[in-house]
Amino acid sequence: MLTVLAYIVVIIFLVGFLSRLVIYARSPAPLKIATTPAPTTRLGVVWRLVTEVIFFNSLFKGDKLAWAGGLAFHGALAVVLIRHIRYFVDPVPAFFGPLQIIGIVAGVVMAGALGFLLLRRLLIDRVKYISSPADYLFLILLLAIAGTGLLMDFALRPNIVAIKANLMAMWSSVTGLPPLNSAGDVMFLLHLLLVAVLFVIFPFSKLMHAGGLFFSPTRNQVDNPREQKHVNPWAEP
Amino acid sequence: MADHPVPIVTDDIKTPLVKTDTMAHLAPYPGTAKHMEPMGFPGERVENWQQKGIEKLGELLKKYRSLQVYLDICVKCGACTDKCHYYLGTQDAHNMPVQRAELMRSVYRRYFTPAGKMFPDLVRAVDFDEEVLQKWFTYFHQCSQCRRCSVFCPFGIDTAEITMAAREIMNAIGVGHKYSVEIIGKVHQLGNNLGIPKPALKGTLEFLEEEILDSTGHDVRLPLDQEGAEVLLVAPSADFFSEPHIQSLMGYAKVFHQAGISFTISSYASEAANFGMFIGSYEHQKKIAKRVVEQARALKVKRLVVGECGHAWRVAYAFWNTLNGPFDFLDPRYPAPQHICEFTHDLIQRGALTLDKSANDNLRVTFHDSCNVARATRMGPKAGGQFEIPRDLIRASCNHFFDMDEDTIREKTFCCGGGGGLLTDELMDLRVKGVVPRVTALKRVMEQDKVNFMALICAICKAQFTKVLPMYGIPMEMVGGVHQLVSNAIQLGAREGVV
Repeated sequence: MLTVLAYIVVIIFLVGFLSRLVIYARSPAPLKIATTPAPTTRLGVVWRLVTEVIFFNSLFKGDKLAWAGGLAFHGALAVVLIRHIRYFVDPVPAFFGPLQIIGIVAGVVMAGALGFLLLRRLLIDRVKYISSPADYLFLILLLAIAGTGLLMDFALRPNIVAIKANLMAMWSSVTGLPPLNSAGDVMFLLHLLLVAVLFVIFPFSKLMHAGGLFFSPTRNQVDNPREQKHVNPWAEP
Repeated sequence: MADHPVPIVTDDIKTPLVKTDTMAHLAPYPGTAKHMEPMGFPGERVENWQQKGIEKLGELLKKYRSLQVYLDICVKCGACTDKCHYYLGTQDAHNMPVQRAELMRSVYRRYFTPAGKMFPDLVRAVDFDEEVLQKWFTYFHQCSQCRRCSVFCPFGIDTAEITMAAREIMNAIGVGHKYSVEIIGKVHQLGNNLGIPKPALKGTLEFLEEEILDSTGHDVRLPLDQEGAEVLLVAPSADFFSEPHIQSLMGYAKVFHQAGISFTISSYASEAANFGMFIGSYEHQKKIAKRVVEQARALKVKRLVVGECGHAWRVAYAFWNTLNGPFDFLDPRYPAPQHICEFTHDLIQRGALTLDKSANDNLRVTFHDSCNVARATRMGPKAGGQFEIPRDLIRASCNHFFDMDEDTIREKTFCCGGGGGLLTDELMDLRVKGVVPRVTALKRVMEQDKVNFMALICAICKAQFTKVLPMYGIPMEMVGGVHQLVSNAIQLGAREGVV
């Protein structure tokens, strides 16, 4: 059962996400609109995007609180995701041993950052004004995912060995179900279902900022309109 | 003119609390059939405007990656909420960039996303109805397309792109802004925004030649339609008739004269400004800009130089090549087009001009970076040259220069409050409030550094500041062009021009 669900969810996510990216890639950028000062070379643009993705440069200029909360959340999420690879490979490479504790700290940071971002959304009048119910639900969903994950680490430990064995078998079994022998096992199922929800809404929501940033013309264009003619594909000759 | 409430200017730029609809009353004058139809727009609102509007939005989503991506990826982080000068001056929620864009995003979600179709309340998706259209017409004419928000957005979302699209959609359903469409009509007809016919232009230029002769004793020419000149100078038409713009025009002429480089102004392409950009129309932008290229060929010039005008420089620098390029018929040794500040700067570097800084000793100068120059263009070969080159010119022309607060200059500069097609009397209430951040920073250097002159490189900035600064008790003589300073300092006849 869960296998079928997992496959459907992953397919929705991948097809949805990639088809959005294809739409972005295929839609033309008729004019040069880089926000200047902008890099004058392609390499410079790559660096601009890399620093935007890793350090959130523009956000740092714009809003220190959002920057701190956002960077903490995304950084921690990255570490947590890397740590999760251990549940999908067998045998687990030695590299994951020391990562275990770092991953757990990252989980705490992630939940803390999400809480901080939620508070910020509620307490700053301008940010509260612009927030829709959906904006809160995203944060709550992510908090629930982080929360169920942390609960499994600190309180309700599921039978992770059995789960993993089950998971590994799941890829080839349609009927396989994870064990449901303890509160921890239930917690795991909840965690998994919440992630499934996140995956399904991802391509249809603002979470598309993950791929969309790379297609933002103000950030990904080289500032060389005089040196090189930029061609508008739909312009009439 | 009616009195407009003038906000109190405090010591520092403060972020006000959000209010709803403080500026809901201020819609611009709608375009009438007389102005709309010659532009290819419906003369009045079309019957099935909702359907047509949505169709147009769908069409633009396929034509502009910026629009498609920017409508999708905003995470509502709020970093832009305190960046717009109109928000800072009016407190109106819809003048927060994200909330302005939300006017379109909420419609986009309703018609183009599964979530908006299925759960409109959850994701705040709304129908494109009468109330929404009124908000569009009001608040998409309270954005000056200055792009300050795009600097601080983690994804570079540029509200100007969304405003342009909104105006294009509204024009397509017959809901236009009189000011912009009327002006574009004049350009198509007479070659410039002010509607100056050739004889009047000729008369003005001759008058200015006499004026310079009287004041300097030098025979500085301002030629019109002169075939075979080295340079075609394309200035904003305000430079021909308005104060203080005209002082800069005389400055350009003196620079050409002293450098010994022949130039001409064209009566057919007597306008650098391009309001086609303000209404988001690629076609009108192209048509307006085409006059310049045609004249460059017809007059057989080798170089194109653009006068002091912010969005004009954006269109020229970033769009001309795409619209009507390439400029391979011009002298490849010079950038095409070239900004007048680049042109003068280059001459100074090469020792072609002699400037006497003491001529401006009565002035203590600061510089207002024009929004479109700062955030949408470049001058010179290096990124950021658009900040340094005008400042270099000022420093070369006067002894006392002081920058304003660093959060209000360079890429973080504030719009003057009159850009983007909003320089019209019926929007004066907005223009007066929108200038507050700039006035705050200006007043500070006036007190701290005894600054008494703010140098500008934009026709709209010049017109806006001369009109609104007096309402804040600052005399209109406080502002003028960078080339006004150059004009004061340049020593005519000091040496032979070197080219």
